[in-house]
Amino acid sequence: MRVVIDYDLCESNAICMQIAPDVFEVRDDDFLYVLNETPGEDRRASLDEAVQRCPKQAIRVED
Amino acid sequence: MSDEMPVRDSVTIVGASLAGLRAAETLRRDGFPGRITLIGDEPHAPYDRPPLSKQLLAGDWEVDRISLSPTERMSGLDLDMRLGQRATALDVSAHTIDIEGVAEGYDCLLIATGARCRTLPGTEGLAGVHTLRTLDDSIAIRDALRSGPRRVVVVGAGFIGAEVAATAVGYGAPVTMVEALPVPMGRVLGDTVGDVVAGVHVDNGVDLRCGVGVDEVCGAGRVESVRLSDGTVVEADLVVVGIGVIPNTDWLDGSGLTVDDGVLCDETCLAAPDVTAAGDVARWPNPRYGEVMRVEHWDNAVEQGAHAARRLTLSDEEAEPFSPVPWFWSDQYDRKVQLAGRPRPDDEVSVVDGSFEERRFAAIYGRDGRLTAVFGMNRPRQVMQYKGLLERGASWSEALEFAEDQI
Repeated sequence: MRVVIDYDLCESNAICMQIAPDVFEVRDDDFLYVLNETPGEDRRASLDEAVQRCPKQAIRVED
Repeated sequence: MSDEMPVRDSVTIVGASLAGLRAAETLRRDGFPGRITLIGDEPHAPYDRPPLSKQLLAGDWEVDRISLSPTERMSGLDLDMRLGQRATALDVSAHTIDIEGVAEGYDCLLIATGARCRTLPGTEGLAGVHTLRTLDDSIAIRDALRSGPRRVVVVGAGFIGAEVAATAVGYGAPVTMVEALPVPMGRVLGDTVGDVVAGVHVDNGVDLRCGVGVDEVCGAGRVESVRLSDGTVVEADLVVVGIGVIPNTDWLDGSGLTVDDGVLCDETCLAAPDVTAAGDVARWPNPRYGEVMRVEHWDNAVEQGAHAARRLTLSDEEAEPFSPVPWFWSDQYDRKVQLAGRPRPDDEVSVVDGSFEERRFAAIYGRDGRLTAVFGMNRPRQVMQYKGLLERGASWSEALEFAEDQI
């Protein structure tokens, strides 16, 4: 699966970073960086949660 | 699977906003095969409320941007959506719900009817006085802002008021914000951090009046001025009132549920057999805090909606308590503020990153040797790091050590 961020929507609330720190990182510049764009299937539950809890609905997971 | 495992043919969800919709999505994602009915009293398909005081109000976004229910997301859910319909009564012992006065049976029920705005007495029917909760409210205030008001008075410097003030400033409107507390958000954030939040408004040209109430909103048919409790009169042709909300529980009179500033639930979000509640309307004992709480945040609607939905499909033995660390964000001017946890105004406060002066900082709160909260202004990374510590139940000294390590 592939993690896609809509950077026009993302406001770096960083909730995704807390849910899946191996995939998402908000750095000191306040921008979101995707550390792993193609995480393994074992990360699906966490990524689903990140999609649901992103306040800007800026995260998509594509199969 | 135990013999007690409830068998569910259908779920009825009352309230078609964030908590209700996320509840429906959770059921489908978990493989629930039965009928899901989603009932909402607004005519609009589910939409997201945070932009109502920000991007939509500012005119940066149009209505289609705030949909929570784009076609591609809804098509797989197979929901029986009943919009523009109001639940009017409930009888939990008979398992019946009245929709627009007509009784029908339910198998199990999730209550997510949210809350409505408190209003100022005497302002009913006075044009130019608004509250902000719904899409229609936001559009009405946006239209008023576009018409170039001579002065906007915002009553209440909580987060809705603060966001409306910030957005109105963006329109170039002169803004007076009136707050009954001596320090905005002081009861939540304490005076030290509340003063910084107040300072951001003053920096942006808002005429902030704290420690005064509103005695009267004056005008004949249309608002003309606001008379404050200190005797001053502020001319105004647009007034936005943000003084809190009232849970929508009127329809539950005689239902058999316990209603006390919300629908009272147990630790697992169960309000009665086969009935759960979630979001702004739900009150439950959060075991993490040993405190009965009702949380009006966006993230809580998402999380509790999911939890309350799953609860309906679980037996009492399988059910788990709902024990989140509350978290919210607010965008005002070019500042993003976030709070995680449950601070009290007299908690110890320590700035762990940045400074009040640069309006960019993270501050942690502690009490009785525990970390209780983290507040950030333009510091999302740090807020989430400390939110992780809060979820682990970290001690105050552990949090301070963590802060030391970051330097």
